[in-house]
Amino acid sequence: MTHVEREQWDVIVVGAGGAGLRAAIEARRAGARTAVVCKSLFGKAHTVMAEGGIAASMANVHPQDDWKTHFRDTMRGGKFLNQWRMAELHAQEAPERVWELETWGALFDRTPDGRISQRNFGGHEYPRLAHVGDRTGLELLRTLQQRSVGLQQEDHRETGDHEARLKVFQEFTVTRILKDGDGRVSGVFCYERESGRFLVLEAPSVVLATGGIGKSFKVTSNSWEYTGDGHALALLAGAPLVHMEFVQFHPTGMVWPPSVKGILVTESVRGDGGVLRNSEGRRFMFDYVPDVFKEKYAETEEEGDRWYEDPDHNRRPPELLPRDEVARAINSEVKAGRGSPHGGVFLDVSTRMPAETIKRRLPSMYHQFKELADVDITAEAMEVGPTCHYVMGGVAVDSETAATVGVPGLFAAGEVAGGMHGSNRLGGNSLSDLLVFGRRAGLHAAQYALSGAGGGVVAAQVDAAAAEALAPFGSPDGHAPENPYTLHQELQQTMNDLVGIIRREGEMAEALERIAALRARARHVSVEGHRQFNPGWHLALDLRNMLLVGECVARAALERTESRGGHTREDYPAMDRSWRPVNLRCHLDGDGIALERTRTEPVRPDLLALFEREELAKYLAEDELEGGRGA
Amino acid sequence: MATGTEPPGTDRTATGVRSPGRAAIAARHLRTDRWWLSPAATAAGLLAFVAYSTWRAFANADYYAAPYVSPFYSPCLAENCVPMRGGPNWEIFGSWWGLSPALLILVFPLGFRLTCYYYRKAYYRGFWAAPPACAVAEPHRTYTGETRFPLLLQNLHRYFFYAALPVAGILTYDTALTFRNADYAWGHAGFGTLLFLVNITLIWAYTLSCHSCRHIVGGRLKHFSKHPVRYRLWTWVGRLNARHMLLAWASLISVALCDLYVYLLATGTFDDPRFF
Amino acid sequence: MSTYDARFRVWRGDAGGGELTDYTVEVHDGEVVLDVLHRLQATQTPDLAVRWNCKAGKCGSCSAEINGRPRLLCMTRMSVFARDEVITVTPMRAFPVVRDLVTDASFNYAKAREIPAFVPPAGVGPGEYRMRQEDVERSQEFRKCIECFLCQDTCHVVRDHEENKEAFAGPRFLMRVAELDMHPLDAAEEAGLDRRRTAQEEHGLGYCNITKCCTEVCPESIHITDNALIPLKERVVDRKYDPLVWLGNTIGRRRNRRAP
Repeated sequence: MTHVEREQWDVIVVGAGGAGLRAAIEARRAGARTAVVCKSLFGKAHTVMAEGGIAASMANVHPQDDWKTHFRDTMRGGKFLNQWRMAELHAQEAPERVWELETWGALFDRTPDGRISQRNFGGHEYPRLAHVGDRTGLELLRTLQQRSVGLQQEDHRETGDHEARLKVFQEFTVTRILKDGDGRVSGVFCYERESGRFLVLEAPSVVLATGGIGKSFKVTSNSWEYTGDGHALALLAGAPLVHMEFVQFHPTGMVWPPSVKGILVTESVRGDGGVLRNSEGRRFMFDYVPDVFKEKYAETEEEGDRWYEDPDHNRRPPELLPRDEVARAINSEVKAGRGSPHGGVFLDVSTRMPAETIKRRLPSMYHQFKELADVDITAEAMEVGPTCHYVMGGVAVDSETAATVGVPGLFAAGEVAGGMHGSNRLGGNSLSDLLVFGRRAGLHAAQYALSGAGGGVVAAQVDAAAAEALAPFGSPDGHAPENPYTLHQELQQTMNDLVGIIRREGEMAEALERIAALRARARHVSVEGHRQFNPGWHLALDLRNMLLVGECVARAALERTESRGGHTREDYPAMDRSWRPVNLRCHLDGDGIALERTRTEPVRPDLLALFEREELAKYLAEDELEGGRGA
Repeated sequence: MATGTEPPGTDRTATGVRSPGRAAIAARHLRTDRWWLSPAATAAGLLAFVAYSTWRAFANADYYAAPYVSPFYSPCLAENCVPMRGGPNWEIFGSWWGLSPALLILVFPLGFRLTCYYYRKAYYRGFWAAPPACAVAEPHRTYTGETRFPLLLQNLHRYFFYAALPVAGILTYDTALTFRNADYAWGHAGFGTLLFLVNITLIWAYTLSCHSCRHIVGGRLKHFSKHPVRYRLWTWVGRLNARHMLLAWASLISVALCDLYVYLLATGTFDDPRFF
Repeated sequence: MSTYDARFRVWRGDAGGGELTDYTVEVHDGEVVLDVLHRLQATQTPDLAVRWNCKAGKCGSCSAEINGRPRLLCMTRMSVFARDEVITVTPMRAFPVVRDLVTDASFNYAKAREIPAFVPPAGVGPGEYRMRQEDVERSQEFRKCIECFLCQDTCHVVRDHEENKEAFAGPRFLMRVAELDMHPLDAAEEAGLDRRRTAQEEHGLGYCNITKCCTEVCPESIHITDNALIPLKERVVDRKYDPLVWLGNTIGRRRNRRAP
């Protein structure tokens, strides 16, 4: 038996981004001894990249805003596929979660009367996003980090040990969820990136908060950490994933230079007045307003421009359509030969605002283009194109408790959890999602752990996990050794080309074949060197996760024969109401992925009543409409 | 190909970037740019000024050429001062003071500049090499910074700032006096007047751009919104403060030039070109 | 698009020793140093250890020293170097090395714990916070910090004097003290915590000799020295070096020091 050091905790949080830290803070406050495990250094999580803001209907800027409006916008954005109870809780609790951050030291931009300022964003009816310039994610993460440190300081005063009740294991990677004989969570198996040593953390509750899967795609705004770890860990532990066919391509990523291709250009650029033009200088978004949104968006440039000053009497410009619409429109323009020199379109603020205003309102964007592309956005247009940004799909969870389906003791929050955003997420809803469901996951994980549940770690699982982690150092018995970097690049290319923004049946079938081949080759991955901070080894272990997740996306996308939100089929270009109540769930089946169709719970009638019947008719299947009326 | 270095820990006295545990790199720094240029130029500039001003301060001569008085000797506080009609003669120190009267007054601007946050950076880097440049190892074995005497006294900067205000006021008065001619008739101006005007502008700009000044006018407040006037002042001083280094050098040079100009006039090297 | 071969010298090794190793590696248009290191990983040295994350200058993970200057690898464009220049990349030299370009940053996390957190004002509930934009702006500048720790790396107080690490929090965390002291609603004082006094007495503000290297290396262009450290020094003067108070205190402290 492998000797592996063990530690006992009540709650283990995997991931130290917004959701993970919010969960950890709540679990610790609920009295659970909490360990946070994260792949990077503490405070580096991908949350820092979020720019626009935190959506919460505080009504500081527009007095008519309330949770119902926020709920409506969220459901519309997600094309009614959202797990509606999550969307409801999210809209109701987001303001409290934002205000709480202020009591922990966050400094948002202010309204003239001293309250938190809120900005417009795509898909939100009112100015709703609490923000700090264009670095809101950094503010959120730093605040949670500093709050965690504050709690550690309290513990230090009381016990003399900073880490008595809340400890961060930074630069550790979890490779397996461990379960007891009854199938309940009993801990995690992880390795320290720095030294390569293994560690087993035993706990009855595990919260997955590992973020997304973007690194399976070639052009992505996501960092190296986004290898779908939590998605894969949940699958391997026996929990299903839902909505995996829905991947959000952010419409505006940088397209040049190649080394920064994919890096995000915040939506605030458009919220603050930036416009999209093609190579002919035309504001093409006016040509791409879909029927369901026709009444909500301006028909002329003049009206769109007036909206920035007078939003009550004008309709918003179509640049602020939900992200999926804008991404598809850009894709079409480029395909039609009206793209920019480097294969994007032009996003221009330079002709819309004075240079000083641009520098003040979009400082990091100014900085990013100046430093990385040598482009002065106050003087010339940016070149932008779609980039893989967010996965709506994730671990299927209970709306109230964030508990996963089928694995007692396993919870999930943030991007790794599915359901909340339906088929497409609105900008600003991710940060509020982290806070609302991070807190809920932490609270319920703590309650579950403190209720005395959970069993012991099974030694055989630890041995198996250790053997699995060491496999890349072994000899590839007779096969040619595979380079993890090469496999990764091939997977990214496959996902990008064959399961990207626009999908076709034949291509996705081919993607599945290629993924199967890659999975076979991945068994012979071989790495050089030793276990101490060895990036080749780390990638080899992450490959398993990316392959599993990639297969989920491809399988679900092939199955769903309609276009909706972050899933666009060239062969089924329209939204099909009969698909509305259908969820596709991925399970682990042997080595690969099996799909299961489940029917969603009917939307509660009082929530349905928030919408006009005409609007509902565009989304809901016939029998659902009947059901709604009957109730 | 590799360039080997000795493993750390072999030298027990190793400190700084060669401390045990840090990456074993023998070089004290790996900068490839001309990092030494800036501290060398700073040191040279400051040395030149010190040499010149020491000579002039001890000279005790050639500091008045009506209507101009050298800023080094203003106000002139001893009895042995040259009488300057309408000028800054205040014989506070009486007749017992036998040395150059410049020494009495230069203490204040000297103290102000010596404790100035910019000059501190300049001479710590230029003269003391602590550090000589960023990421270039300093030569000292130990370092305590401004935690103890005498460098703890740097905290007195704001009191020198208070003292610098009346001195600047008197130099302003001297500048007003330059609108006379050599016969003390008002309403005239010469090239020296122009020079003095530039100098006093720079002196005030330097004095008001001081970090202590920025703190006193508004920086110390917790709520700007409750003190709108002081907030505005703080904003203005802040804008000047961003150019503190530039102003420090410009005013240093201008004050020396004014003195040199007076010296040249007083020694009869040339005559002041008169405008009107 | 043009490509060329660049000459790199990368420090390889660990706490037990190491060396600058030469590589020749292909460079494409528009790349940054981190791209080139990634190409090295993918083609020549798969085990080259380097920390990175966002690759957009926002997370502060890829801090290192390039040609002897502390910089972010992802924000250093290859176009700033001549094509025939040898580019030397080393780990940060103020911290213990782990492996290759990865250093042990725990000094910074230890210091972060020493700065008491924001103290919420009593009687002001969530949602009731009212602050003016002009009052939050100063602290907001400091909150732009991405914690790359390049300022901590370049600061000679600890870079050149390992023994000062105990007493000196470093620019990043002195700036944190300034941020909290300037926070319009921080109630530390009401709670009996004097941030100004502790800045000098516990976090080592006096070690700072304002030579501005922290400001020079800051990738976020935060005016650490002019807007945080010097104002903090002035606030300390308010508290500690008012001449009369200071005289009394100094005499008092001398006596105390002699007493035991």
